[in-house]
Amino acid sequence: MATTKRVKLALVQEIVERALRAGATDAEAVVVEGDEFSTKVRLGQVETLTESTSRAIGLRVFHGLRTASTSTNDLSEESLKRLVRGAVELARITEEDPFAGLPDVDAYSSVRDAQGLHIYFEDVYRLPAAERIEMARATEAAAMAVDVRIQNSDGGTFSAATSYKAMANSRGFAGEYRKSYCSIGVTAIAQDASGMQRDGWSSGARTLAKLESPEDVGREAAKRAVRRLGSRRVKTQKASVVFSREIARGIIGNIFDAVNGDAIYRHASMFEDKLGEQIASPLVTVVDDGTMMLEPGLGGFGTLPFDGDGLPMQRKVIVDKGVLQTYVTNTYTARKLGVKSTGNASRGLAGAPGIGAGNFYMEAGTQTPREILAEVQNGLYVTEVLGSGVNLVTGDYSQGAAGLWIENGEFTGAVEEITIAGNLKDMYRNIVAVGNDLIFRGASASPCFRVEGMTIAGA
Amino acid sequence: MSSLAATPSASTSPNYFQERFGVDHALVTRCLSAALSAGGDFAELYFESVTSSSIGIDEGIVKSASQGHSLGCGVRVLSGERTGYSYTDSLEEDRLVHAAKTAALIASGPAKQQVVPFVETQVHDLYPVIGLDAEIREKLALVQRADKAARAYDSRITQVRAGFNDELRHILIAASDGTWAADTQPLSRFSVFVIARGADGVTTRGSGGGGGRVKLDYYATERTPEHFAQAAARQAILQLDAVAAPAGEMEVVLGPGWPGVLIHEAVGHGLEADFNRKKQSAFAGLMGERVATDKVTVVDNGTIANRRGSLNVDDEGTPTRNNVLIEKGILRQYMSDKLSAKVLGLPSTGSGRRESYACVPMPRMTNTYMLAGEDDPADILRSVKRGLYAVNFSGGSVDITNGKFVFAASEAYLIEDGKVTAPVKGAMLIGDGATALKHVSMVGHDLALDEGIGTCGKRGQGVPVGVGMPTVKLDKMTVGGTGHGAGN
Repeated sequence: MATTKRVKLALVQEIVERALRAGATDAEAVVVEGDEFSTKVRLGQVETLTESTSRAIGLRVFHGLRTASTSTNDLSEESLKRLVRGAVELARITEEDPFAGLPDVDAYSSVRDAQGLHIYFEDVYRLPAAERIEMARATEAAAMAVDVRIQNSDGGTFSAATSYKAMANSRGFAGEYRKSYCSIGVTAIAQDASGMQRDGWSSGARTLAKLESPEDVGREAAKRAVRRLGSRRVKTQKASVVFSREIARGIIGNIFDAVNGDAIYRHASMFEDKLGEQIASPLVTVVDDGTMMLEPGLGGFGTLPFDGDGLPMQRKVIVDKGVLQTYVTNTYTARKLGVKSTGNASRGLAGAPGIGAGNFYMEAGTQTPREILAEVQNGLYVTEVLGSGVNLVTGDYSQGAAGLWIENGEFTGAVEEITIAGNLKDMYRNIVAVGNDLIFRGASASPCFRVEGMTIAGA
Repeated sequence: MSSLAATPSASTSPNYFQERFGVDHALVTRCLSAALSAGGDFAELYFESVTSSSIGIDEGIVKSASQGHSLGCGVRVLSGERTGYSYTDSLEEDRLVHAAKTAALIASGPAKQQVVPFVETQVHDLYPVIGLDAEIREKLALVQRADKAARAYDSRITQVRAGFNDELRHILIAASDGTWAADTQPLSRFSVFVIARGADGVTTRGSGGGGGRVKLDYYATERTPEHFAQAAARQAILQLDAVAAPAGEMEVVLGPGWPGVLIHEAVGHGLEADFNRKKQSAFAGLMGERVATDKVTVVDNGTIANRRGSLNVDDEGTPTRNNVLIEKGILRQYMSDKLSAKVLGLPSTGSGRRESYACVPMPRMTNTYMLAGEDDPADILRSVKRGLYAVNFSGGSVDITNGKFVFAASEAYLIEDGKVTAPVKGAMLIGDGATALKHVSMVGHDLALDEGIGTCGKRGQGVPVGVGMPTVKLDKMTVGGTGHGAGN
């Protein structure tokens, strides 16, 4: 791979040169390559086995203050010619945007070498095919062994993937990195006289050595499916809501979307003009860290050497004890807002860079989840939300939900077919307890927390 | 309805892959034989070439334009109910054969299945074939018109974004069962997103859009940029005065068109054959049973000319059909691909779809809608003492296994004493698929299909779909807002 890597970096630099020769005033090119393997074993039999490689190239050009982009997965000479010519021609058609352009030259100086980030491990492809299938089989088998009410499943899975990215631009930036990922998981289906319920669990890691065992993953999936059996509805009411950490990270993720510089400059965010203000309970501290190590020698799920503009990834506290500290920006939105980029550009193959998080999380609190539940007289522990009822312009929040009902600090059975509603601005302020159970199972994470004042709609 | 696709020019010929890449019967037979070399009982090649373009206006400036091209071939091998899959982004023979041999490994044994001689599939002729490159300046003019129209609608509109996206997709499906089917599929979509700000600082959003498998002149004559822009602006301005949505069970009236997303979520997904053959759907075992009142007939129809969800042929080479799923309340049929059809012993319903050559096909919807009834929409509204009238939605989702679904209203009103009154803020509606349609008590005569904006996601694959329905009254549904319930 080492030799082809250098070839790819040379290729993107060559494409940038060709775009300049064709009349572009600035250019940026990216090559993405990937391998993937995945298998699903259902009821003990292999159901699917997929194995493939892919690659593609994207080009963004500037013609003064005009910009356009092209992409292709056909790397033949004829196709690369079309890629360059197409982008340069399109950039003559678009209109001048005074904020358009690549980052300034000096901004790249502190980009780290990908080696030191430990986001690539060769071992994700180490297992022979038969053992990969066995991982999936064992995960499903573990789920089905837990309870006689689990006689069906949507399969156990094993997947492995590696990807490579090389990027260069006409301001002198050139960088590349590889990363790896593997996972196991299972969706268990439980059934009794009350009906059918599904739930799942998975474990993902950058290296096989950090995957949880098929037994642990299967057992957790089964436990989650079985506990949903016999779900009932509850009356419409106001009650305490405790978000499990799997759901809590989505609620906290809405903060990232609302401090996105793109939403801010468009006046499309509930957090516009709120820098320095208390937007959440003092218990809430939220961080975005694109440089984080999960432990020595192991980079985070969202850790990368450089962002989609080629700028170094950074760590920043977004909300400190409830006070909003910063918006998150890429080069373009930073210019619109008159600030420095926070290194949050995300770049696909085509189009202008968007904004994405590194490792985005809420810091752990001090109470155990059990202590938090023990304080609830009457309320809902949310284990699932359904739908897209979040409005980041107004903060209005209404989602389908399922979970466990809590009375006098104890779970009293599963509930479903209800909605939870409120306004995010109030919900963040009304976080009255934060768990100590923060753990990174992906690039975003949150401890569990309790919110007061939400409306539950049901029967 | 069925006819062979016309061949107006070389670039749109059904022989696209042969002319450009030398993909002929002999090459395909060699690849399929390699795919069957380990004992698989079915093999299929799916060739795809997609050219796409987009142009957008933002803050009154045409800031972006892009073009993309993707090309590849997916190889699928079936061995019993097992699927082997591999794909390549090169159509060179050695790469195709390598992918075929990789997919072949789902089976283990000597080759037993031969490639049956190819028979070209007779496909529908539901949409025009158009190029993408020539009209970039016309598209630019369209988004500029949308920007202008949205701003002109009301001075409180502060932000406008409009975009035009289109693609041209060539596909060729060749399989060891003799399938040889080609299609050229145009698809375009206009979208407008606006922000409004009221005098009191209240900020709201609105969106509009639509399209289909249509020529560019559709946007000059049938659905203009002004039409989409005004729809988005109207929605945002209305929301400035919206009150909190009620919470609790109440009577709900759904308007015609896009609210058909109810049908898509409540029953559509649950009737996809894969979930049923694996007994994972709340509808498994309910064939022939009553799942709705006798006013309810639901179809999935992939054969309507120019619709976003329509296809001349599905992604397994089976011509699409008009499938009756629920007839007068009785469950009649699942939507099936080749694999589920084989396992269940039924014919494929032309419902095998995939997002791209990198994806395994599965049963999917096309245009799913409830047929018109006999009630006057005005009578339906008059019959409600206190309830919710929802006319637009941002989308929905469903848990197939327990049947619980939600859909989020982006434009809704209170109904008080038979009259439509205050607009309410986005409310979530939640229900149970196997029982929701048993509460349908009135069905209007005003069936409408949506404007052509839907993309359905399943197992990580997105495909364009349509939905529709007439004005419908449900006697009981849970509305998830923060305001007082209808009974209070």
